[in-house]
Amino acid sequence: MAKTLSAPVEGARRELGITLLRTMIRIRVLEEGIEKHFLAGDIPGFAHLSIGQEAVAAGTCANLRTDDAIASTHRGHGHTLAKGTSMRGMVAELFARSTGICKGKGGSMHIADFSVGMLGANGVVAGGFGLVAGAALSAVQRKTDQVAVCFFGDGATNRGPFHENLNLCAVWNLPAIFVLENNQYASTTSTAETMKITDVAIRAGGYGMPSAIVDGFDAFAVYDAVGAAVERARTAGGPTFVECKTYRARGHYIGDPERYRRKTEVEDVMSSSDPIVRMQGTLAEALSPEEFERLWSEAREEFADAVAFARSSPSPQREEAFFGAYTGDRDAHDPVHAIEARERDTFMPFAPDIGAGSQGSGH
Amino acid sequence: MRTLSFSDATLEAMQEEMRRDATVFLMGEDIAKQGGIFGQFKGLPQEFGFDRVRDTPISEAALVGAGVGAALTGCRPVVDMHFADFITCSMDELVNQAAKLRYMFGEQCVVPMTLRAPDGITKSAGSQHSQALESWFMHTPGLEVVVPADPEDAKGLLKAAIRSDNPTLYFEHKALFPQKGAVPDDDDFVVPLGKAKTMRGGADALIVTYGITVGRAMDAAKQLEADGIDVTVLNLRTIWPLDYDAIANAVARTHRVVVAHEAVRVGGVGGEIAAWIGEHCFDDLDGPVIRLGAAHVPVPFAPVLQEAMYPKAPMIADATRRLVRREV
Repeated sequence: MAKTLSAPVEGARRELGITLLRTMIRIRVLEEGIEKHFLAGDIPGFAHLSIGQEAVAAGTCANLRTDDAIASTHRGHGHTLAKGTSMRGMVAELFARSTGICKGKGGSMHIADFSVGMLGANGVVAGGFGLVAGAALSAVQRKTDQVAVCFFGDGATNRGPFHENLNLCAVWNLPAIFVLENNQYASTTSTAETMKITDVAIRAGGYGMPSAIVDGFDAFAVYDAVGAAVERARTAGGPTFVECKTYRARGHYIGDPERYRRKTEVEDVMSSSDPIVRMQGTLAEALSPEEFERLWSEAREEFADAVAFARSSPSPQREEAFFGAYTGDRDAHDPVHAIEARERDTFMPFAPDIGAGSQGSGH
Repeated sequence: MRTLSFSDATLEAMQEEMRRDATVFLMGEDIAKQGGIFGQFKGLPQEFGFDRVRDTPISEAALVGAGVGAALTGCRPVVDMHFADFITCSMDELVNQAAKLRYMFGEQCVVPMTLRAPDGITKSAGSQHSQALESWFMHTPGLEVVVPADPEDAKGLLKAAIRSDNPTLYFEHKALFPQKGAVPDDDDFVVPLGKAKTMRGGADALIVTYGITVGRAMDAAKQLEADGIDVTVLNLRTIWPLDYDAIANAVARTHRVVVAHEAVRVGGVGGEIAAWIGEHCFDDLDGPVIRLGAAHVPVPFAPVLQEAMYPKAPMIADATRRLVRREV
């Protein structure tokens, strides 16, 4: 993997480094906390961690405005936090509380925050490509200079929507940036077994789209590459593909027995490439040990506050299950809401009040 | 009122909504320079430009996906599917994305996308260009489904679909495009979603139907008049939200019900309606609810085969006559 040239870490570059480091530490603390609370039974459903990949989320989103759009993946906690969603809203959502950013209807795999342009994690691999093509097309139609970024993994590049949307964005010159987190695994299968190539970025060339390949453990490198792509997109230069070579330090999901790789493989990569350790090294001369420690302690406090907020928040009202798929005033007697109200009245006498933390029996 | 073809009624609806709202745009295969395979987009790029009327690659998944993305971010896209059968190439985008995003994101967003889907049996188009797939989408929470029966519906429902903040599938039967009919002059004329229309109000039986089968049911009703049977024909217009109240009211007046559509009978919209009537209107019924729909086979090519496997006026009249005469 190419070593990035170390730019002098001072002035604005130093400030940027601190920002990137702070974001990465917040993601790491959030996800280690999610892992702990998931295993303790506080979080229902599935959760997928991006530990090891934090530099991609941090480096990319540091280039974006609040009104720019991103679409994320099932492994989206880092992207969501980096785009500006509050930790409180995220943790409450994962804890299935009514105060969650999606009112407890989305969970880890379907978290979104439209107030910061976060168009959603996505439970479908490759589900984000169309949303990003559409958001980029929307910017053109509405004559704004917004851009849209799609995060996706190597696995998604073997699905049809990747190819259709890259082609569409290229031929229409849309302001989209495709940020590949090549973390070496598609679920539990290594990229070596799922594609013949090692640099996925060459696929962009097939659509006439420029691409870059960067060290995805180096948040500065990601920032610089995506920054150039964002600048190109904002100035009607069209889409860009940025492949970030990174690594998934945890299993596909929390609880994954990881039979497909050796433990030493993870240790080898993280001991040499952990993006947070890397950035702390880069900033060693620029920050004191106390300042580093403060970034960690602030993130831990933020997470503890978010957990306390989630724990003190109520479960969604059971009636909420029956509403929200369609727009409109629930008190109005429009056709959809009359039907929703009938569904509510049919099911409510039998709806168990099991609380937010329960996994639900499913039978 | 003026007389317009179904095709021109949809064209007017597009024109009026594009003039009214700058965020409305249109994309699909062969629509801009070609004007659509049924001429339903003729002249739109000349008025609105090729940015708002976009010819696209043959990439249905990208079109619907991008439609959803644009709808999430302040536009009102109208996506033309060319043939309804090709929706199958964009099922994830429609079923897992468009239909679910508002609900699972806690109502943070709206998805005001319209999908135009020319469907139905005509001119030996064969198995892959003839289907009526509306029941799949009635079955999918989060989508609205409309099926116009005539030029008035065509215009009013398309305008309602474009103005709706929910993802709406607009199934337009290919054989209806040249058909002419009266359309109100009002450029703000909209057919409200979720409201059925009583096409005629006889008391002897009820034919619940929608889309092209409304015309076939009206023809059947004329044939039944000769037998002294006067039927109500209820045009649902919208499949979801379904106008259950209109169905219940009509059942209460008529007591005998035939549900008819061109889509496959098994697992179809008619099954939902028949079952619901059985549950909610049992005491109003004087006989079983009869379902008519296409046979459970792909649509064949040879005209003689094609015309054998879906219900038209004689079959609808026969079923209604036997129901009224208690021969079922």
